[in-house]
Amino acid sequence: MITRRNKKLALLLAMMLILSIFAGCGGGTEEEQQPVGEKATIPVGINVELSGAVASYGSNARDGAVLAIEEINAAGGVLGQQLEGLQRDCKSTADEAMSVSAALVGENIVAQLGPLTSGDVAGSTPIMMDNKIPLIAPAATAANVTVDEKTGETRAYIFRVCFIDPFQGTLMAQFAADNLKAKTAAIYADTSSDYGKGLAAYFKQTFIEKGGTIIAEEGFVSGDRDFNATLTKIKGSNPDFIYVPGYYQEVAPLIKQARELNITAPIGGGDGWDSPDMLSVAGAEALNNTFFTNHYSSQDTDPQVVAFVEAFKAKYDKEPDAFAALGYDCAQLLVQAIKDANSTDPQKITDALANIKDFVGVTGKMTIDEQHNPIKAGVVIEFKDGAQTVNTRIQP
Amino acid sequence: MQEKSKSWLKFLSEVILLVLLFTLVQYALSAGLVNQSYQITLTSMCINVILAVSLNLINGFTGQLSLGHAGFMAVGAYASVIITNFMDLPFIIGILGGCLAAGIAGFVVGVPTLRLKGDYLAIATLAFGEIIRVVLQNIDYVNGPAGIVGITKLTTWSWLYWAAILTILVIVNLMNSSYGRAIVSIREDEVASELMGINTTGYKVLAFVIGAMFAGLAGVLYAHYFYIIKPETFNFLKSFDMLVMVVLGGLGSTTGAVIAAIFITFLTLALQKYAAMRMVIYSLILIIVMIYRPQGLMGTKELSRKTFARIWGGKK
Repeated sequence: MITRRNKKLALLLAMMLILSIFAGCGGGTEEEQQPVGEKATIPVGINVELSGAVASYGSNARDGAVLAIEEINAAGGVLGQQLEGLQRDCKSTADEAMSVSAALVGENIVAQLGPLTSGDVAGSTPIMMDNKIPLIAPAATAANVTVDEKTGETRAYIFRVCFIDPFQGTLMAQFAADNLKAKTAAIYADTSSDYGKGLAAYFKQTFIEKGGTIIAEEGFVSGDRDFNATLTKIKGSNPDFIYVPGYYQEVAPLIKQARELNITAPIGGGDGWDSPDMLSVAGAEALNNTFFTNHYSSQDTDPQVVAFVEAFKAKYDKEPDAFAALGYDCAQLLVQAIKDANSTDPQKITDALANIKDFVGVTGKMTIDEQHNPIKAGVVIEFKDGAQTVNTRIQP
Repeated sequence: MQEKSKSWLKFLSEVILLVLLFTLVQYALSAGLVNQSYQITLTSMCINVILAVSLNLINGFTGQLSLGHAGFMAVGAYASVIITNFMDLPFIIGILGGCLAAGIAGFVVGVPTLRLKGDYLAIATLAFGEIIRVVLQNIDYVNGPAGIVGITKLTTWSWLYWAAILTILVIVNLMNSSYGRAIVSIREDEVASELMGINTTGYKVLAFVIGAMFAGLAGVLYAHYFYIIKPETFNFLKSFDMLVMVVLGGLGSTTGAVIAAIFITFLTLALQKYAAMRMVIYSLILIIVMIYRPQGLMGTKELSRKTFARIWGGKK
């Protein structure tokens, strides 16, 4: 009898426990749905990839945005109110990005910063559009992030502070033809990502326009580790320049293997190269004579960049990469928009964002065009004995 | 005669209970009592239930370690999006098409690979999942690696709820039939069941195809809710997520799979705020469960009316 009663009790307790979980969930949201009063903080959603495939990008952008918010708050906040950054992890997946955005909307955010990749931003997009809250993407470079390809209309609440992919391919082609005087080039692109394919396509187009020839086009896929076979093939065609648009996970071992095969031609790529892992995997010597296009460089001597780099180093004890700088600019751009709008109403902030002109961020001066893309310059960075140095700055 | 009317009464009470639960949530949704965040969680929950229950049929009941479930989900998702968005056909055709495509994929993969045993089957199915992903990445018609963005939202609570119920019903009834007993006998001892005259490969393929079809169904519902699908969504980590649910719930328990799917969905939501610690806490919970309940939350037990009756000391 006693055991039976105990079982009853256990079942009852289990039921209560399950019920309390649901009750707890419900209660939490109600508390958070207080109207934003005069003295309250301004909640800003930071929806980034802190775990999963691109956690390195997401956490750096988060660090940049958090630094900007702290600086703004220390200087008295905006419109007399303090900003409050609500950090959430979207696990590098589009469905989780959507779920996180919905949770943030429930916390009355005025705007969302992030996510980083174009796919995750796409996941977040319907929620932001439904709720009419602006989203500022730090590094989503696919064209269809801000423009609906079916209708050709600009997505009203989606903005970004980075230039789009094609621009990087064009930029590197300009650089290879004009600065490196390359006549022939080989393309060895990451064909498993739109990023790699997009950069490769525009590089090819501009390089041919500049009078060059593409003598080899090869591809690798995300996760590849051995590139020797294809590199040997490319070596045989002896190009003046090798374009490797891809992400650092594959590019670092690729460059190492290329140099081991005595390929001495300059190698170029895009901002997917920007990671400390490049140096630790490929080594300083292999990286000599390699170039990549980027939004910004921490070696820039511009006073605003220097100040940002010092503040970032002081806080996190590491070098800020482009994602950190773009994250920082996202937050700064939002503050500029809040000031311009003189309001924390998401709709008014959106209108102000669409009209931003000559905003000076650490990644350069930008003007938001009608497709919500910034018009801004890019830099070409060279690895010199393991250090990233600015080779040149190219205006579009 | 009395027996018959009693079972009929039981059936009626179950139907009423299910409809009541459905109406309750439907009412809450239409009255705006559920915010967007919980709506999404509800969706993930139903999709995870379908995935976990269908994978449990293959891994738990049939005892064949399959790691390619995300691949079938991808087949269903892409097939249905092509039907509904590219060809502008109604959603129901998309659902049927998605299930059918995933079922065919399951058959094509199942027939040769199910002759393999243990680790080899795991490797073969894992490879299949990766092949699907890479193939999708290289088809320009479905936008390659960038995936399809802007999918019309057609998945509603009704679809989700009844799809999850259908999955559970089909699999529970299958397991209570002679087919089910044959399937379990394969798990217990394949050689012995073959000696008893059971067509082991046939039953394995049957279980595999049914599991794949429901994974396809989950893929259809997923694609028409989450706005974007890309090949990377259905990588092997997604398969592992499902496996975690099945193992956590207990291999061979549908109740366990349902409970674990709901538990994991809520855990994911609850840990959103603890960004940095999220994966640590998640892993810790899994490790603790595995230490104290190595057979999973439910083992191979099921929760049914009988269980409640026994606990409350009422009639059987």
